[in-house]
Amino acid sequence: MGKTKQLSVSAIKNGTVIDHIPADNLFTVINILGLENIQNQVTFGTNLESKKFGRKAIIKVSDIYFTEEEINKIALVAPDARLNIIRNYEVVEKHELTIPDYIEGIARCFNPTCITNHESVKTKFKIISKKPLRLKCLYCEKITDEEHLTII
Amino acid sequence: MKSLGNKSLVSINDYSPEEIEQILQTANRFETDPPGKILESKVIASLFFEPSTRTRLSFESAVKRLGGRVIGFADSGTSSITKGESLKDTILTVSNYSDLIIIRHSIEGSARYASEVSPVPVINAGDGANQHPTQTLLDLYSIQKTQGKLDGLNVFMVGDLKYGRTVHSLIIALSNYNTTFNFISPGELRLPDEYKLILDKKGLKYYEHYDFTDIISRADIVYMTRVQRERFSDPLEYEKVKNVYVLRNEMLKNTKENLRILHPLPRVNEIDNDVDNNPKAYYFEQALNGVYIRQAIIASILNVV
Repeated sequence: MGKTKQLSVSAIKNGTVIDHIPADNLFTVINILGLENIQNQVTFGTNLESKKFGRKAIIKVSDIYFTEEEINKIALVAPDARLNIIRNYEVVEKHELTIPDYIEGIARCFNPTCITNHESVKTKFKIISKKPLRLKCLYCEKITDEEHLTII
Repeated sequence: MKSLGNKSLVSINDYSPEEIEQILQTANRFETDPPGKILESKVIASLFFEPSTRTRLSFESAVKRLGGRVIGFADSGTSSITKGESLKDTILTVSNYSDLIIIRHSIEGSARYASEVSPVPVINAGDGANQHPTQTLLDLYSIQKTQGKLDGLNVFMVGDLKYGRTVHSLIIALSNYNTTFNFISPGELRLPDEYKLILDKKGLKYYEHYDFTDIISRADIVYMTRVQRERFSDPLEYEKVKNVYVLRNEMLKNTKENLRILHPLPRVNEIDNDVDNNPKAYYFEQALNGVYIRQAIIASILNVV
């Protein structure tokens, strides 16, 4: 099957492929990674068929390799995404994203009366549940759920 | 006692059950055998960004009775906050002048943030609807003192269980002691599910009721709170329930001998004045216990116990 399959999004020589992004969150991921502001070649496809998710999205970015912090940011909105590191058209590394137990400065606390929304304080959350996603603010101790999650 | 030294107290969750026990024991020692002027060389900053007369006076009394000095302000109108100074700058400045900072602030998480930026320890005297750990500790002390134990008690909590910060923290603290809970509140002000989940996880029994007249005979502790008009989306709902959550002396007739009535104060009308002379009324002694507890916390943090 693999040999006759045509790629929906063309291959890249070097860079990163992010696969299995929930189709609804593609533009959030693009936004989080700041891809609209870079000069590198970026290709993406969305509403692609996926046995696991029904509809998925994929992004291919040439000549960019993401840091762990950036990867963590993606994990919050695309927990099942997979990262493939491409060198000379070959997949040389694969990463499965996992939501960390603790995050700093990635998400916003939903509580309007939290100190993090009043002074320039870097947010800190303990992830108390990954599915469904629930983040406990280490300042106001309120819980931000998936519905109220905003990425900084 | 060393483990508590120089450690900020922001949330009741910052103290382990063993550390809570240490504080209760120290408070008991200070009450029965006053330690003298152990804070004589200390300057304590009391920063009340929002007014809270009761808590502020309790802290100030605690410090002054141990010979310490207090600097600070009673509301943010008299501080440079009105000039737009950040909390960080205020804390960093005041930490130069004091050995410990007590902070009360309407913004949630402000005390945690203050404890992070401050080189001296910080005690949270209430941050918005979040935490007020010295209140929780004085509640525990009052329960232990009147019941001789914390384990295996039947605790009734009455009134606003949805927004009541003191109730939430006390539930967390009592969940370490095999407590049976009875929650009595109007439908709109029921205890949030997150606290019930915690009790479920610990396998503790709890029951919810709308009225407590018939069941109060089982209680060891009745913890009353205020049902406030502004918490109701429908004013008619408030009118319906406003007299249901009022404790009257006649309701205490067939109650247990060891029952004590607690209230974080201020009280409005939820405990009738005729209860005050009943030996089971304990809320004013409870306020006094707050002084011993705050002395124990401050002295432990400053390593002068």
